[in-house]
Amino acid sequence: MKVTLWGTRGSLASAGPETIRYGGNTACVEVRADDGSILILDAGSGIRRLGESIGTPDGPIHVLLTHLHLDHIQGLGFFGPLFRGAVEVHLWGPPSTTADLRTRLGRYLSPPLFPVRLRDLGARLVLHDAPAIATAIGPFVVRADLVIHPGPTVGYRIAEGQHRTLAYLPDHEPALGVPKFPNSARWTSGIDLARDADILIHDAQYSAAEYPSRSGWGHSSTGHVVAFAELASVGQLVTFHHDPNHDDTALDLLHEMAGGTTNVPIQPGREGLSVSV
Amino acid sequence: MSDTPAPRPQVPVELILLRQVASYLAMPIFLIGADGDLLFFNEPAESLLGLRFDDVGELSMDEWLAAFRPAREDGAVLASQAVPLVVALREQRPTHQRLTITGLDGVQRVIEATSFPLRGQGDRLLGAIALFWPVP
Repeated sequence: MKVTLWGTRGSLASAGPETIRYGGNTACVEVRADDGSILILDAGSGIRRLGESIGTPDGPIHVLLTHLHLDHIQGLGFFGPLFRGAVEVHLWGPPSTTADLRTRLGRYLSPPLFPVRLRDLGARLVLHDAPAIATAIGPFVVRADLVIHPGPTVGYRIAEGQHRTLAYLPDHEPALGVPKFPNSARWTSGIDLARDADILIHDAQYSAAEYPSRSGWGHSSTGHVVAFAELASVGQLVTFHHDPNHDDTALDLLHEMAGGTTNVPIQPGREGLSVSV
Repeated sequence: MSDTPAPRPQVPVELILLRQVASYLAMPIFLIGADGDLLFFNEPAESLLGLRFDDVGELSMDEWLAAFRPAREDGAVLASQAVPLVVALREQRPTHQRLTITGLDGVQRVIEATSFPLRGQGDRLLGAIALFWPVP
């Protein structure tokens, strides 16, 4: 499988000359199987350019949403394939006890927040709860599990074949309330999703100095994500969900410091980065 | 074939968060999983149970029932199916009851126990929780 990052920014799109190398678009990742099947992880503003690159696909498109915070769905209304009548788009999202996925997405994709309603999109739209048990989606096997982040939020574990696994936890605060992180693996949020994954794409929004004043906001420091990656024994860590206030220079420094503390290979998550698994 | 045992599965995230909350609260809390196994008790519960959680770790339901010997206030043995936490888990309803427990320090204490089942997203049964109220 080939994994391409189309948006790596967290919380708010932050385009500008100071973010040109890491990118300013919010969360969106393309996962391509060897046979060309496509999974899309989250629908932040990065999905607009991805949609243009896809054009009109031969088969269905599956978009896996981790949660419904705006930086993960704000690109949906600009995702070209949703407006093409011949396309089948499957949207997967975390279950809720109060309203189904269509109702919750409709709160954003309807006036006054957006001019086009979900029901008026041209594509054939199918909505699903994120799969709590391993489920085949085309050539992929996908499993979702709740992770620590405000509101119902899931991470995904995606496998293609026997030995290629991607874990995607873009918004995750496993250190919340833990006096000395990491705790044991059994008591660490997200560990079963990430364990032994070839690639872990993970929230790394804050520096160690920033984290204490943002505890409970649902994100990790670079130190926390390195500790989590070590605990999960992943093959490679890709940092993600960069803080909108961190410019390229700040992110370079954060990654340089993080890389000096671990043997886990770290790939700074940059818009346009492609990694083969 | 590897001799390394498979890692124990992760505890559901709702119970991870509950343990963290319990760790910060000053009231005794006892947490069991969906199979009835003891997952955690906090420091205030340690003084009632006569041992530290770190010294005993997770226990099966049979083990913790045998260890803490819950009994009626008059000393009569409490059948396992009548123990408040077991009622909460198996009958899926809240309970409140006065009973005695015997700590691992050998001291018998009278407590009141409030127990209720825990259900997560997708109507998953996660386990049950008990709050202990020491009776002076």
